[in-house]
Amino acid sequence: MRLIFSGALALGLTAAGTAQANIDIPVTYLRAEQVAPPVLSNLDPDPDDLGIAGARTALADNLTTGQFMGHRYALDVVSVEPDGDVLSTARAALAASPFLILDAPADTLLAIADLPEAAGALIFNSTAPDVTLRDADCRANVLHTIASTAMRTDALMQVLMQKRWTDIVAIVGTHPDDLAYEAALDRSATKFGLEIRARETWAFDADMRRSAATEVPLFTQGFGDYDVLVVADEIGDFGEYILYNTWEPRPVAGSVGMSPRTWSPVLEQWAAVQLQNRFEDMQGRSMRDEDYGAWTALRSIGEAVTRTNSADPATLRAFLLSDDFRLDGFKGRALSFRHWNGQLRQPVPVVHPRALVTLAPVEGFLHRVTELDTLGVDEPETACTAFAD
Amino acid sequence: MTIPLKGPLTALTLILAATPSLAAEIWVTNEKDDSISVIDVDTLEVTRTIPTGERPRGIIFSHDYSVVYICASDSDAVQVMDPDTGEIMHDLPSGEDPEQFALAPDNRHLYIANEDDAITTVVDTETRTVVAQINVGIEPEGMAVSPDGKVAITTSETTNMAHWIDTETQSLFANTLVDSRPRHAEFVKDGTEMWVSSEIGGTITVFDAATQAEKAKIGFEIDGIHPDRVQPVGFKFTKGDTHAFVALGPANHVAVVNADTYEVEDYLLVGRRVWHMAFSPDKDLLFTTNGVSGDVTVIDVASREPVKSIKVGRFPWGAAMRP
Repeated sequence: MRLIFSGALALGLTAAGTAQANIDIPVTYLRAEQVAPPVLSNLDPDPDDLGIAGARTALADNLTTGQFMGHRYALDVVSVEPDGDVLSTARAALAASPFLILDAPADTLLAIADLPEAAGALIFNSTAPDVTLRDADCRANVLHTIASTAMRTDALMQVLMQKRWTDIVAIVGTHPDDLAYEAALDRSATKFGLEIRARETWAFDADMRRSAATEVPLFTQGFGDYDVLVVADEIGDFGEYILYNTWEPRPVAGSVGMSPRTWSPVLEQWAAVQLQNRFEDMQGRSMRDEDYGAWTALRSIGEAVTRTNSADPATLRAFLLSDDFRLDGFKGRALSFRHWNGQLRQPVPVVHPRALVTLAPVEGFLHRVTELDTLGVDEPETACTAFAD
Repeated sequence: MTIPLKGPLTALTLILAATPSLAAEIWVTNEKDDSISVIDVDTLEVTRTIPTGERPRGIIFSHDYSVVYICASDSDAVQVMDPDTGEIMHDLPSGEDPEQFALAPDNRHLYIANEDDAITTVVDTETRTVVAQINVGIEPEGMAVSPDGKVAITTSETTNMAHWIDTETQSLFANTLVDSRPRHAEFVKDGTEMWVSSEIGGTITVFDAATQAEKAKIGFEIDGIHPDRVQPVGFKFTKGDTHAFVALGPANHVAVVNADTYEVEDYLLVGRRVWHMAFSPDKDLLFTTNGVSGDVTVIDVASREPVKSIKVGRFPWGAAMRP
């Protein structure tokens, strides 16, 4: 699949009063398609254009600004099938443009970032939440726009602290993503002086659509009394069947229930409703985390080009990592990049399916630089050295 | 004067009570209550609550105060209301999602920012027709018209520009970059300067109106509040344009800026998430809308002290004075 959206949106009103610099900014959105694991709940299949739709919305935003500046953006969307040769596709993309938005799993992302052709490129990881990509496995040519798992679990633990739901138990799935989420939950709990008191592994292979009401009460009875049940089910397998079926009448949080997200269709404050409306009008569905990751990636490129009047990836990277970069991400405060690991610094909404519960960082969690850095891997603890110079 | 009450006179009293008071009023739009709260400037009490279209935000009176215009954003209409009766007289064609607007000095042409459409719509309020639609940046918001009526400004929140419109040709003649999320624009000092607030950028940019060149940039700094949360939105100028009062959003403060030196002189604590404001007729009191706390703070301009907080509807947004 290859679709090209070009900057032919000229409306004939490039105007005087603005320094005109005719600059072309071609960007590739590269998706390494992954085989989705089987899940019990079939309610919410991923849309075919997940992530891509966010990039398309950002392209329209950038084109509008670009028409006043003489900046022409183009978006080339390339999707490689699960058994396809993603590395040669990436080589071709990098030959055409140094700007690459990647929707790929961590190992593929690192292989692409380490290609000789990627030296000096500006790559955005818009979908992979792995903590290690922001830590020991960071790369100087990769910036991360989706929130890391650690940022999300830190946000969740802050909310649990705020609500004094400190007696925490957990149910953990068996998928590697579930285990990574569990590890992040443990790390976050320790960070804020909490602990997960008891945990069970979900390894059933029954179809819970038929038996949740009988299985889950028994399964959760052994926890005894507790404040909140945290579920690690990052692939969306069994978690939805835990809610309202627990032995004790207690709230559920984590991958389901009250959930920390990069973005959510329930956000409307901070002018988020404008972005939601724009996205829904253009794409015919609501905006998800991966869409927001791609949107912030392409908008970051656009904002940096607007401010620097340059399409040089080194110039743009330096600006993006500087204090002068402030992106309006519709989450109540300016977004910027952490100069030590390239992660987009951003608030993390903790939501339930129909409304926002709290926007983290939660009031009272202080930081010497910015409270936003109470979420995720902070500068003093990072194992990332690629950004040192 | 005491008069013994008799039947006919009682009826007369009732009629008098039904007519509006003569005191000046501050009209506040309540974004999430679909209503206007009317505050009496003398008593500092809410005297009326008037229903409007959906999600009312921008509000201005005609220059002769005979009608009030309301941006009913989710009704996709600018509503024209009789301020005496509170009746909606008619809607103006406004384009989609009108948020803010400005009335030209001719008291006739309304410049409307259509937030969802990247368009500025110019409406003739007499013929009730759209005179022009001008393509601007994404999420147009702030609107201003110069005192001589020759220049209109639209700020676009995602494109981060002030767009300068020649009102004779209804076309853009300049586009100037400002900091992130520009919200409000005003011409001051007889139209020689144009000020734009940038909410996420945390600044106000001052332009020389004749050359559209940036003349100054004003930053804000409040002890104990992270710069990210200091978000300038609405602002208004005191008598003689000597000082600007600037609403700082979630910083819950109003800044007082010296309009000659561009230095911030004071920060005044108000309600939560302060948006916009309006002065009393002689500009000795300032009324700020506080979105999250659902109230209006009254500031004594001379002493720069908040003197009262008045409960209004949910998410008060715009404010306008009626003498």
